[in-house]
Amino acid sequence: MEIFWFVIIALILTIFFILDGYDFGTGIIHLFFAKKEKDKEVIAKAAGLFWDSNEVWLVAAGGLLFMAFPTLYASAFSGFYLPLIIILWLIIFRAIGLELRGHINHPIWKTIWDKSFGVSSLLLALFFGIALGNIARGVNLGGVENNLSAYEPHYFFLPLWDASFSPSTTHPGVIDWFTIVIGIIAVVTLTIHGANWIVLKTNASINTQLKNVVFNLNITLAVLTIFSVSIWHIVEPHPLANYLEYPIFLIFPTIYFTGLIGLFFVKKFKKEVYAFTCSCLMISGGVTSTLATMFPTLLPSTNNLNPDLTIYNTATSEYGMSVAIPWMIIGIILLIIYFIIQKKLLGGKIDNMDYGH
Amino acid sequence: MGLSLIIILFKGYYLKSNKEIYNDAAKFFMKIFAINFTMGVITGIPMEFQFGTNWAKFSELTGGIIGQTLAMEGTFSFFLESSFLALFIFGEKLMGQKLHFLTGFFVFLGSWASGYLILATNAWMQHPVGYEILENGKFVLTHFSKLFSNPWLLPAFLHNQMASLVTSSFVVASIGAFYLLIKKHEAHGKLFLKTGVIIGLISSLLVAFPTGDLNAKNVAKYQPAAFAAMEGIFETEDAGAEIVLIGQPNMVEKKLDNKIAVPNILSFLTYQEWDKQIIGMDHFDESELPDNIPALYYSYHIMVGLGTIFIGIMGISILFLYRKKLYNFKPLLWTILFLVPFPFIANITGWYVAELGRQPYLVYGLLKTVDGVSLTVSSGNTLFTLLGFVALYMLLGLLFLVLVGKTIYHGPQHQKH
Repeated sequence: MEIFWFVIIALILTIFFILDGYDFGTGIIHLFFAKKEKDKEVIAKAAGLFWDSNEVWLVAAGGLLFMAFPTLYASAFSGFYLPLIIILWLIIFRAIGLELRGHINHPIWKTIWDKSFGVSSLLLALFFGIALGNIARGVNLGGVENNLSAYEPHYFFLPLWDASFSPSTTHPGVIDWFTIVIGIIAVVTLTIHGANWIVLKTNASINTQLKNVVFNLNITLAVLTIFSVSIWHIVEPHPLANYLEYPIFLIFPTIYFTGLIGLFFVKKFKKEVYAFTCSCLMISGGVTSTLATMFPTLLPSTNNLNPDLTIYNTATSEYGMSVAIPWMIIGIILLIIYFIIQKKLLGGKIDNMDYGH
Repeated sequence: MGLSLIIILFKGYYLKSNKEIYNDAAKFFMKIFAINFTMGVITGIPMEFQFGTNWAKFSELTGGIIGQTLAMEGTFSFFLESSFLALFIFGEKLMGQKLHFLTGFFVFLGSWASGYLILATNAWMQHPVGYEILENGKFVLTHFSKLFSNPWLLPAFLHNQMASLVTSSFVVASIGAFYLLIKKHEAHGKLFLKTGVIIGLISSLLVAFPTGDLNAKNVAKYQPAAFAAMEGIFETEDAGAEIVLIGQPNMVEKKLDNKIAVPNILSFLTYQEWDKQIIGMDHFDESELPDNIPALYYSYHIMVGLGTIFIGIMGISILFLYRKKLYNFKPLLWTILFLVPFPFIANITGWYVAELGRQPYLVYGLLKTVDGVSLTVSSGNTLFTLLGFVALYMLLGLLFLVLVGKTIYHGPQHQKH
């Protein structure tokens, strides 16, 4: 039962990163590459039409995590208090940026909200990457110092940074050089993803340029990927252990590399949807590979005193988990139906659709 | 929640009568709804986070139970609303009128389901059912269905929905009054005013009786300490309790100053017996009483007082409407216009009553509020983020007012620009 819910939540989270990921990426492209008002408007629309239904997946993942693994939810959300509040602020500023830019037709008003949308998107991509890095690295559960726990063994609190910025100190902060690397990988990945989305959904004048951007960023990403794999042993002494034990898990890195390699042909693709599919594969492969390295751990402990938080020691009762399955399935079916309706109504290029605002 | 119902009423009436004005009204209020919804989403996500960030111990102990209803809220209602709202605003031409009505209906369904599931969560905190406490102190669910058959839930849900309908009908009526006063969009103004006062009277009555009445009886039954505090009953009254109309709680001498009260009414309202005993605050140990009795007492009396005023104003308006004098009677138009903040105040004070009344508990009788907080988060950090949110929400509030104001100013006829 624990494994079932872990898979469901991991799946929903992956879908969230794919869907809201292109939103974030769209914001980053908007910030750095959109110069003409027409492009700015249509690129904002490529995110604005979809962001709230994409964020539903985050809310669903959060809710289900709360229901199935309450101890993890409580521990992680209070321990990562400061970065989560930062993420909240960014989500808010990104959303109002998108929603408000069209309300008043004045250059100053639009510039303020465009920047709000772009900068928040960039920082959100960075912080979600940093968050993933933190989960892979683990935290000092129980706040252990000199072999004594300062809190209950499953609680912790992370400052934003520790002066050493090292992942292997006793009390690592949210931001250290390892999590920054993962954060940058996330930014590069989502920028590629966002660019592919814009090319797919719009006729923006910068689309040809964006294909070059994707190609160049992809080279950067390949280098960063190799670098991160080579340093992974710092946070996880046996990064390959799970892959040796469950060879089926190798499918996740395979998905990642298929996407990554595929994107080198971005300029040759006949259909724009191919490039977007590649970046979807890349994101889903990246997230799932990380989770697969850790399974069944959800949050590793960096000390030897307190055990890791796993799907087994953080789950709610067997009854609670089983009674939620029927309604969860109905919910997922609804989400899929909606997804199809949305695809039908908002499929194709959106440049000339009249959005009522 | 209230507005979504009014919108589909307008839309439904348009389908029946085919008069453009009703469609204008539906689309106009959906624009206002959309601004509300954006604000609701972005201030609602922090609420979901807050369970974990600020109330970790509470989440750890009760997540197996309230996680159910909250996760359902996230998966069903939030999804229904956010996705179908976009379709409603965007898809009228693509879908045709009947489907357009249907998407509006789903927005309504989503927002009411959301209210229901949030209230189910709150009802469990007010009156826990269907649980078991394990040796390690964790609450686990034993009966899923009891979360929804909780006797606290239905009255609280209906009371809350009716209160939201009061708020929205005041908003609709006051926009109508505004248009009539400035002599712009007068045809729409008359429609809004008429719709607003009719729904306003019905919902103001329903919010008091039976839904408010049933809620008060639930409080008397399940949280007698909260009941005594909100009614201002310091001493147990054996031969029937009086109802306090005005008076200020004096917490030093444990009595009400400058009290004006009507004898025996409270006993009658609560138990339908004139001389039934009502337990006062003297009956309870200090540690069982709500920690802020004056705030609870005032919140309750402000809510009830405003509710009574709403019934009065809406009743008078209906009388004028019936005699065909409402649209020209300026004093009443001005009154309706200026009353618009008060239903919001009544709603907020109503929630204060529910939440202050439950103190000192998070889960009534079982888990104290002080035992639910995040122990690893220092007060310096929470103060820092609280100050930040205060500033941010003030900015959001300001933006909200500007945008709603602008939409109202543009009026219902300017749909395309």
